[in-house]
Amino acid sequence: MSTAANDTSRARGKAPAGERIADWADGRLGIYSLAKANMRKIFPDHWSFMLGEVCMYSFIIIILTGVYLTLFFHPSMNEVVYHGSYVPLQGQTMSEAFNSTLHISFDVRGGLLVRQIHHWAALIFLAGMFVHMMRVFFTGAFRKPREINWLFGFLLFVLGMFTGFTGYSLPDDLLSGTGVRFTEGAILSMPIVGTYISYFLFGGQFPGHDFVARFYSIHILLLPGIMLGLMVAHLILVFYHKHTQFAGPGKTNNNVVGMPLLPVYMAKAGGFFFLVFGVIAAIAAVAQINPIWAMGPYRPDQVSTGAQPDWYMGFAEGLIRFMPGWEINFWGHTLVLGVFIPLVIFGVVLGAMAVYPFIESWITGDKSEHHILDRPRNAPTRTGLGVAWVTMYMITLVGGGNDLWATHFHLSINAVTWFVRIFFFVGPVIAFIATKRICLGLQRRDRDKVLHGRETGIIKRLPHGEFIEVHEPLSQEQLHTLTTHTQYAPAEIGPAVDENGVERKVTASEKLRAKLSNAYYGEDNQIPKPTSEEYKEITSGHGHH
Amino acid sequence: MSSQDIPEENLPAEQDHAHGAVAVADEVHPFADPGLPPHEHRIQDIDERAARRSERMVALLFTVSMLATVGFIVSYVTIPHDKNIFVFPIGRISALNFALGLTLGVALFCIGAGAVHWARTLMSDVEVADDRHAIAATPEVRAKVHADFREGAKESALGRRKLIRNTMFGALALVPLSGVMLLRDLGPLPGTSLRHTLWAKGKRLVNMNTNQPLRPEDIAVGSLTFAKPDGLEETDEEFQNEMAKAALMIVRLQPDNIKDKRELDWSHEGVVAFSKICTHVGCPISLYEQQTHHVLCPCHQSTFDLSDGARVIFGPAGHALPQLRIGVDSEGYLQALGDFEEPVGPAFWERG
Amino acid sequence: MKKLSARRRHPLAAVVVLLLALAATGGLYAAFAPAGKAQADAGSQSLTIKEGRKLFEVGCASCHGTGGQGSSDGPSLVGVGAAAVDFQVGTGRMPAATSQGAQVPRKKTVYTQAQIDQLAAYVASLGAGPVVPTKQQYGPNGADVAKGGELFRTNCAQCHNFSGKGGALTEGKYAPSLEGVAPKHIYEAMQTGPQNMPSFPDTTMSSQNKKDIIAYLHAVDSSETTNPGGLELGGLGPVSEGLFAWIFGLGALIAVAVWVAARTAKAKKS
Repeated sequence: MSTAANDTSRARGKAPAGERIADWADGRLGIYSLAKANMRKIFPDHWSFMLGEVCMYSFIIIILTGVYLTLFFHPSMNEVVYHGSYVPLQGQTMSEAFNSTLHISFDVRGGLLVRQIHHWAALIFLAGMFVHMMRVFFTGAFRKPREINWLFGFLLFVLGMFTGFTGYSLPDDLLSGTGVRFTEGAILSMPIVGTYISYFLFGGQFPGHDFVARFYSIHILLLPGIMLGLMVAHLILVFYHKHTQFAGPGKTNNNVVGMPLLPVYMAKAGGFFFLVFGVIAAIAAVAQINPIWAMGPYRPDQVSTGAQPDWYMGFAEGLIRFMPGWEINFWGHTLVLGVFIPLVIFGVVLGAMAVYPFIESWITGDKSEHHILDRPRNAPTRTGLGVAWVTMYMITLVGGGNDLWATHFHLSINAVTWFVRIFFFVGPVIAFIATKRICLGLQRRDRDKVLHGRETGIIKRLPHGEFIEVHEPLSQEQLHTLTTHTQYAPAEIGPAVDENGVERKVTASEKLRAKLSNAYYGEDNQIPKPTSEEYKEITSGHGHH
Repeated sequence: MSSQDIPEENLPAEQDHAHGAVAVADEVHPFADPGLPPHEHRIQDIDERAARRSERMVALLFTVSMLATVGFIVSYVTIPHDKNIFVFPIGRISALNFALGLTLGVALFCIGAGAVHWARTLMSDVEVADDRHAIAATPEVRAKVHADFREGAKESALGRRKLIRNTMFGALALVPLSGVMLLRDLGPLPGTSLRHTLWAKGKRLVNMNTNQPLRPEDIAVGSLTFAKPDGLEETDEEFQNEMAKAALMIVRLQPDNIKDKRELDWSHEGVVAFSKICTHVGCPISLYEQQTHHVLCPCHQSTFDLSDGARVIFGPAGHALPQLRIGVDSEGYLQALGDFEEPVGPAFWERG
Repeated sequence: MKKLSARRRHPLAAVVVLLLALAATGGLYAAFAPAGKAQADAGSQSLTIKEGRKLFEVGCASCHGTGGQGSSDGPSLVGVGAAAVDFQVGTGRMPAATSQGAQVPRKKTVYTQAQIDQLAAYVASLGAGPVVPTKQQYGPNGADVAKGGELFRTNCAQCHNFSGKGGALTEGKYAPSLEGVAPKHIYEAMQTGPQNMPSFPDTTMSSQNKKDIIAYLHAVDSSETTNPGGLELGGLGPVSEGLFAWIFGLGALIAVAVWVAARTAKAKKS
């Protein structure tokens, strides 16, 4: 049928082939109406808007290389004797999982490269998600209508952590086996259900004969399947909401300024995929990652010092390392607080990031859409909280590597641990205060720039001998950009009596909200941006200097 | 090709619109939005020679990519998988991994660089403003959807026929239980297996290094020895599971240096045997400092004092390392005088 | 040489010590090994001990006592054996600085090997202890590398890391990196247990075990080690890999992103 139709149209020589294929597809899929909305869709250009792309592309690279690795990997814990080409392990007993990973690394041509690309891409994927999330946080891009997409992104980050963990545990090497043992200990610490969950996860006692096969299906199917779905939903929402943009001339909350998807953005974004893949392939060519042959096969009675997880689990590792060893025994039961509290903190610290958009919107009471990004300085309390969170995260990472800090900076490991114990609490407070002050200082500088112009560095001597610095007034574009942000007034508790003079009940949440709102937008917590009257007064009064 | 046209003429409507969207100053925005700045030409837009140069650069990048792919194939075929080379400053590395990775990297990177250079220098760089539309539906649409839903809900009579509703919710709530039940056989119940190890009265302590039973005189003061129960071999089906609980660390102290009375009682001529499995989360703890008698866990830095009943002196572990009571048998070999009195390894709810 | 049983290691070591000492002192006497270890026969051996004693009194006695009986500043050396001296002085740990940190570090050797041998002979004369191993004991002949790997992971990796890069101990102490340490010194360290390192005497870790471990270390932590995947990144595991991924991985990608998103240079306004 279609051949006949093609023949006739070719005979008539009307439409080119591409157009005919598109017509064919449109008749069945309705692609034209989809393309009408999206083909010339506008995307703003900014390097920080490409961090999400780094994540998406490294995720695709991970899937491609991961599929290749499954062709050779044997997810089995059957014990075999190694006879491959890596001499220092020949004759050793090891699981088939470890054996097949050695086979991939030494006997499959290019196998080592694909393994290294897979692992490097995983580290970069998680690092990219972290930085992407921070970009979105500090610019306030999570505000309405994007709260749900923030949650999708957050879930991707958390699932990415666990996909990574189940992935690096698969080779059943000494380092990852130690990590799995830690997981067992952490699960055992859970009150009431711990031992049962552990026995169900490992198919009995640790290490058992099952966890590699079970982690395998979680790592290659369950978690990446969910992540793929979330990523598609994340992207659909980015398309649907249209991208946010920084303030600037011609950029309003009702438009989006940038380049069209076809051709510029398609070439840039498509090209960027190859750039990301190329960089990661080159890294895999020159830098070794996870040399499982050097670590050896897992044995529960062996260990290597410097036993750390991949960086994204370093946060959990740090919490575990600096926790004091609290344990409560009562009525024949043990509450393993030394392990269980870090597990809870782990969830709470991450969860705080997840719910932040909802907290902030509750405090501001702002129900409008936001498509213009905040400059971090214009939201000092949020920026301070974000930096405090990052500080806490980083200090915990230091705690996760306390032994390497000790050896490489000639410190005592006990001192490093105590430093982390103290600064886990003190660090975020200092970071919050310092950041907020810096933000307010920058706001003041912006205000001065608007009112008095840019400092030119040119010193002029006035006729009466006074030296002044020449200030050059800002252009209309700059003035607009610096003053376009909205400033909230702190929420106030309404009158204690209603219009009939009857006493009204002020709820605790109302009071809390007013208090928080004052902390965000009160007098000392933001610098009022200049009004046009102030500007006029100054420019007319002082003239130009 | 539209990208080669003069950009402004490309999208006149959007241009006008963008420049027309000049806002006025108000209370919230004291300085009026001057609108999008006028477009400035790139060198490539006005100089055909520069455009040609860009074109050649893009083509060159794509050509390099093709050559790199050829290089990849040649490397794959010609370089043996076990060939090592010295590359400054990386060191001795696999020639195949290095060649494949670099050629693949260059092949991919050049495609990307070519596409981006093309987009940046030859495609239109006119900024376009696109309108956003409210995401929330108009009141009419909203009213219509609500009415439709009410209509549908009424027709289903879900609210009226409570019996149907309640039994349906009941059925839907119960059916996932089948799935939960199916998970039951993921593993056996713990029972008392966390409380017992292979150690038992009369079990000899076998040296991990030589696979020979140990005598007390083999163990010098200041030395460190690891042992397993007699009869457990690496080839055994349950070797890993048993070692995860039974691994033993043996040191010898001067009896005067042992501060804990029970430790002294359970030792043999100063030879003490402790579980090698950390009581925190189960790492094989064995960083023994022979002068301080401290052992450190390499995973989370729990520190135990072996001269004082292996009590915790630093770090996140919650209780001391279990000690194995030892003696010598009639042939003079070290033997266990029973199993550990408490569960080894990480603490758990039922531990007590 | 192979015929020599382990039982006769002591006399053989004495021969080596003797030969080296003779070379240093001009080879005045023809040397033949005495049968008993304490029974240093007339001439060369006693001369070596005498020379060693002189060196000891100048360089060591201030801390370890004039007779090596020890003081508040240094432990007794009676019975530590020649191997301990050869290790401590041969790796530059001894003589130690007067005020030291948590532990005495490895540094440049101040004595020649001949002088070290004299010192070792003197300290060995104070009381019997482990002797300096022979090349036969620590050399690569007859070593099982894979068995050495398993032994290394059981006995050594917990402090010195899976490929001998070292690691932290308590209160600022550390297990040093084993990179570039002579096989003889590794053997002696296992034999004698310097500072806080526990010893692994022949009774619990046989001479063959030690030889296997040394051969494994040579395979994974020497200038001839191949790291097939590329840069070893310190051989420290995921921490250095994570730093590399952040700085060079994500760093390079952000640099690329800045280029992709940057505005193209505009033509100069005329």
